[in-house]
Amino acid sequence: MTLLAFDWALLIEKLVLIAVIVFGSLGIALYTTFAERKVAAVLQDRPGPNRAGPFGLFQPFADGLKLIMKEEIIPNTSNKVLFILGPGLAMTAALMTCAVIPWSSHVELFDRKIDLQIADINIGILYVFGVVSMGVYGIMIGGWASNNKFSLMAALRGASQAISYELAMGLSLIAVLMLSGSLSLKSIVGEQMADGNLWNIAYQPLGFFIFFICALAECNRTPFDLPEAENELNFGYHQEYSSMKLGFYLFAEYVNMIMSSAVMACLYFGGYDIPFLDESTLAPNIAALLGVGALLTKIVIFIFIFMWIRWTIPRFRYDQLMNLGWKTMIPLALANMLITGALILWKAGA
Amino acid sequence: MQALTNRVQEVSRKPMSFMERLYIPAILKGMAITFSHIFKKKPTIRYPEEKRPFSPVYRGLHVLNRDEEGRERCTACGLCAVACPAEAITMEAAERLPNEEHLYREEKYAAKYEINMLRCIFCGLCEEACPKDAIYLSETFAPANFTRKGFIYGKEELLIPNPTTEPEAYAKAKGLQ
Repeated sequence: MTLLAFDWALLIEKLVLIAVIVFGSLGIALYTTFAERKVAAVLQDRPGPNRAGPFGLFQPFADGLKLIMKEEIIPNTSNKVLFILGPGLAMTAALMTCAVIPWSSHVELFDRKIDLQIADINIGILYVFGVVSMGVYGIMIGGWASNNKFSLMAALRGASQAISYELAMGLSLIAVLMLSGSLSLKSIVGEQMADGNLWNIAYQPLGFFIFFICALAECNRTPFDLPEAENELNFGYHQEYSSMKLGFYLFAEYVNMIMSSAVMACLYFGGYDIPFLDESTLAPNIAALLGVGALLTKIVIFIFIFMWIRWTIPRFRYDQLMNLGWKTMIPLALANMLITGALILWKAGA
Repeated sequence: MQALTNRVQEVSRKPMSFMERLYIPAILKGMAITFSHIFKKKPTIRYPEEKRPFSPVYRGLHVLNRDEEGRERCTACGLCAVACPAEAITMEAAERLPNEEHLYREEKYAAKYEINMLRCIFCGLCEEACPKDAIYLSETFAPANFTRKGFIYGKEELLIPNPTTEPEAYAKAKGLQ
């Protein structure tokens, strides 16, 4: 009877939460593709897609339908299993990150206290890093299985770029962890919400700057989109992909963008914290809903900045990318870490 | 070396200063420029709903004209076909029968009159060559078509509507409405 003693309500609660969060992020990613086109258009003095539905709002569905209807081509000489695994892995890795992101505090429903976070694990941010580095396998396997030299080159570029920038990202993160003393994203957010504490951006401006640049590189966004450099590598690692498999690769990029925006909001911008408002004075359910709104607003602002950068800055050359990563970002992150550590010790000693 | 023109400018090859090597000021400047474009007026003309006005001298699709009583002016003299540098015009002449005076202005008329819109270069020489004011270039262009054959316009496509029997269509074709 041990099976029946299990807390079934918890299982249902988590399943519903997972479904809502996964489909919610997919839905947001869908409209991020639309937003990308609209932002690009507005920055270039164009109206952008405006034919499908009112203001072109059905455009992402039209795009998806088009991708699904396309002929699916698997190259003869490719490794079929790996070829199909590539986009799947990219998408899975992108979506898995959302498990540890605290979307808001908790709601009280049916006499239960439901945390709006799938899993508050005590190594939350490490988990994020682990999953994000798994995303590189999607690019690597896809590029390698295509049996095409351009794809392979793009895959190598993607892998080396991800490794170079993950280092600086991790180092800039250590300074945040020293401040909050926890790896759990929920307690990092809680620390920033506590009375008398400012958001981490106030203590870690340089750290945030490095983290942001590395996040751009991790998401393969311009100016770091070397793996898909159209002009030299013909589209890069997904050159041989067609139909929805290509869609998965392109879509995973947008999901990654949302997730890295959410992580940045949690680490440096107080997560679901609403500035200048004491959430404890509100009813918990209302506070939780407002918190979701606050986090989504921060994510949207970050995504807009991502796009704004994309449509402004041209791509780096490969040697410039490596120079920036190894000779600028990592020393800066190390210095930031040292200074933060010294200041914390000095404050504790005083 | 002597410069060929006085517009030659020496390219600065001096190494970048620290501020320049930071790239950040330049990037911020660029981002300010793109951001300012959000508020700019968009020059787009939303085509099917909105149309760009043609200039009055625009040379577009041909129109075969009729006179005030609705009779075709063309006499199939062939001067337009001779003038045409692209050899886009072909025609066949026919003689007017006694009961056709209300259809054709003169004793001879074009039984077949075809213009290949894919060959036509819209130079307007046919318009200049015509002694009877029968052919004009209008302010429209040839719409897309699925076949090459669809671009060979016959008399049905070219003739302007009859002003006596279809005055509304005629006014529309003239652009009076």
